[in-house]
Amino acid sequence: MSNKESVSKTITVAAAVCLVCSIIVSTAAVVLKPKQQVNKALDKKQNILAAAGLSDPNKSVDELFEQIEIRIVDIASGDYVDVEDPGGYDQRKAAKDPEMGVILDGDIDIAGIKRQAKRATVYLAKNEAGELDSIILPVHGYGLWSTLYGFLALEVDGNTIKGLGFYDHAETPGLGGEVDNPKWKAQWPGKKLFDAEGNPAITLYKGTVDSATPNAEVKFDTLSGATITSRGVENLMRYWAGDHGFGPYLQNIHKQFAKEGV
Amino acid sequence: MSDKKEILLGPIFDNNPIALQILGICSALAVTSNLNTTLTMCIALTAVTAFSNLFISAIRNQIPSSIRIIVQMTIIASLVIVVDQILKAFAYSTSKQLSVFVGLIITNCIVMGRAEAFAMKNPPSVSFIDGIGNGLGYSAILLGLGVVRELFGAGKLFGIEVFQLINEGGWYNPNGLLLLPPSAFFLIGLFIWAIRAWKPKQVEEKEYRLAPHSRTSEAF
Repeated sequence: MSNKESVSKTITVAAAVCLVCSIIVSTAAVVLKPKQQVNKALDKKQNILAAAGLSDPNKSVDELFEQIEIRIVDIASGDYVDVEDPGGYDQRKAAKDPEMGVILDGDIDIAGIKRQAKRATVYLAKNEAGELDSIILPVHGYGLWSTLYGFLALEVDGNTIKGLGFYDHAETPGLGGEVDNPKWKAQWPGKKLFDAEGNPAITLYKGTVDSATPNAEVKFDTLSGATITSRGVENLMRYWAGDHGFGPYLQNIHKQFAKEGV
Repeated sequence: MSDKKEILLGPIFDNNPIALQILGICSALAVTSNLNTTLTMCIALTAVTAFSNLFISAIRNQIPSSIRIIVQMTIIASLVIVVDQILKAFAYSTSKQLSVFVGLIITNCIVMGRAEAFAMKNPPSVSFIDGIGNGLGYSAILLGLGVVRELFGAGKLFGIEVFQLINEGGWYNPNGLLLLPPSAFFLIGLFIWAIRAWKPKQVEEKEYRLAPHSRTSEAF
């Protein structure tokens, strides 16, 4: 038997170990992939449903999600774009793609996201009768340590906020991490995204916002000890409501709502 | 038989990888702020240590010493990837919270330490038991940390409310420091103190000796 320390033995052992290990790793990855993708999709759906305030313990996530229509919107024009399989569109991936994303200049990039996809996904939640019930927009922006990813749910007027929730962030637990606190999130329903002139107007406010506060409908209570995270929330709300975010799309919604309202 | 029992249970208190060998501190700081992630991490690490010991020990007589570390790393890394994939498939929300730390088991000193110190010299069955034993030792400390940090930092255990927080209209004012990684440092220190007070044999011999006091008058 050849010596354990010989060059040929060393190469043989290295090659054999690599081969066996790579077979094990790739088998695990391929076999488990479908299950992982189901989990990922389910997680996202749950977050969308939570933002829209849809929950029913008797129904599964997929059943509830049937009430939601997925559409793709062209950011610049604000019009719907018809594509095959809108649910398969990955906005985060598209933002990084040179063809499908744009680089944002420093002065317009108030949310600190650097790149943005030209098309965005919107989720239209319908009620039992099939009428539009809420519009759910994916939003994200930079806080203190991390980019906060969340969903903003709006009433059919495209102005009144129905809910805001973040599903992915890495802010300090107990301080900025309190963006997940149900008590803090409870202040959002009823707030307005735009002021009377139609400009994005969400503003942070230090102290409790009550009816005596001027312009209370566009102000939200800062998280104590987390001014930078709160400012991040203010910036991302203004960005996504603004001209470079969902502004054009929401203006279309406003016009349509005004027409139907008459 | 008693030999195997010693190998399995010894690392829990007598030869604890964290408290005596001071290995695997990094992940002990990172994943112990709540018990769900702590428990998952403990199971993942125990499985990886046990199986890496088993496989490395099985081929120990074939591994040339010049490439032994990289061979160990390859086996450990493969096992960690498999564990990570399994978590993503079956415990998605926990794996999201653990994020990079499952991947970092690869660099966990306990796994490497046991592979190099034990599995390279002992037969597979004993090595497997040694892996489980060291995993249990790591788990014992981590679960202790997790209980203290989650209970006093967030008023919860396994995400279930135990103390009602002031924020939610209760009485308990949580200690935010406990949710941050440095708190685990203090807690590990206290654990080590407690274990060494109980088993004085673990106290290391001093590497220095205090010089006798000199008087002020002698200085002149």
